[in-house]
Amino acid sequence: MDKLYPDIDAAIEDVFDGAVIAFGSFFSAGRPLELTKALARKGVKNLTVVVQQLGTGNEEMLELIIKGQVKKAICSYPFPRSASKGAEHAFEQAVRKGHIELEVYPIGTFVEKLRCAGAGIPAFYTPTGAGTVVAEGKEARVFNGVENLMETALPVDFAFVHAWKGDAEGNLVYRFTAQNYNNAMAMAGRVTIAEVETAVNVGQLDPNFIHTPGIFVKRVVETGRPELYETTV
Amino acid sequence: MSKLSKVVVPDMPPLEREMIALRIANMLEDGSYVNLGIGIPTLVSNWIEGRDIVIQSEIGMLKCGPLAEEGNIDQDRINASCQFVCDMPGTSYFNVETSFAMIRGGRMDVAVLGALQVSAKGDLAGWNNPARGLGKMGNIGGSMDLAVGAKKVIIAMEHVTPGGDPKILKKCEYPLTAKECIDFIVTNYALIEVTPKGLVLKEVIPGITAEDVQKMTEAKLIIADDFKEMEL
Repeated sequence: MDKLYPDIDAAIEDVFDGAVIAFGSFFSAGRPLELTKALARKGVKNLTVVVQQLGTGNEEMLELIIKGQVKKAICSYPFPRSASKGAEHAFEQAVRKGHIELEVYPIGTFVEKLRCAGAGIPAFYTPTGAGTVVAEGKEARVFNGVENLMETALPVDFAFVHAWKGDAEGNLVYRFTAQNYNNAMAMAGRVTIAEVETAVNVGQLDPNFIHTPGIFVKRVVETGRPELYETTV
Repeated sequence: MSKLSKVVVPDMPPLEREMIALRIANMLEDGSYVNLGIGIPTLVSNWIEGRDIVIQSEIGMLKCGPLAEEGNIDQDRINASCQFVCDMPGTSYFNVETSFAMIRGGRMDVAVLGALQVSAKGDLAGWNNPARGLGKMGNIGGSMDLAVGAKKVIIAMEHVTPGGDPKILKKCEYPLTAKECIDFIVTNYALIEVTPKGLVLKEVIPGITAEDVQKMTEAKLIIADDFKEMEL
């Protein structure tokens, strides 16, 4: 198999208007920087973006917001931490004005929705969020005397992930805390596209230490190592 | 915004944030796995050097080390507060689904979290300040999972708001993080345990009386049998 694409724009060519797209990253770490920029260049619209945060660390996502490409966001930590930064923030303002619809989940639920989508599990129960606004409109059920909520899987049309190393068969290795959501999103994606800092020959990755096996990855693009990120909350 | 009446704050200077963190560090047992939230909770890590306490960062790091200094920073190594950190012998990295299996699966001995409001029953409201005007939307992050999943939840916070409103209430006004999840509340004036009978005032800082603390607290406080002055 050869999943390597020499051209990043060709690797996202079939992304369509209205697509649901997941983006790896926990704040600044492990974000698909170049794929996100390519998506902004492509200009597809009415996107639903699935990403932990939009107010901290992954500023390149703002380009999609400013260009009006996003109609809905599914997040866990959507806004800048401080209210004053939020007042000047394009995404927060778009949500306040009703231009972008927003769903928010606790992180554990957010990632489990993705993992379940990848594992063929349509729904699951969790006590997290019971008795809070997260529970509104959801089926509640008591297990072992504890109230649980039913949450559903979140399959995505495309998953954009960032890996440290990858090979042409789609095997991926992440680095330190840049792992974060990339594996769960790769599993949840109908079409998963990985940007890798270094593409290595098949056989060069230690098979004992593959984080995401190639079956979950459709395309691989080598993008090099990004310049040092800013990290601020 | 708030319907609550302003409280009377005593003349004694309250504890600095670092000292709240120190009091909490002294509550942690050796051999514990601990997660620290953003704000005062993060400062607890400054007081556990040399102790057998493992810090989990929900980004996907167990045995998280101190903040990294200039020259030793790596963009792929940050904690869940987006700060550059170091690893240590025995550190492990993993994905977020594994990280939250630790938290939701009951492996976290203690979560130290901040709060906007807490209630007499141990309810926590910490993720959404209605003053920001975002309605039911806000930054939930890992707070709900930690409040529900950790074996013990310790709240680290100022006793009253900067505007002088009480934060320890009969019932929370703000959107909840989780119901009946809190075990201890440590503030810049007092240490309070949440019990089935209600809030038990166990310690106050030097120069303050139990009555002073009650005046800053909307919920009724029960004085502990072993009530004492806080030692740091």
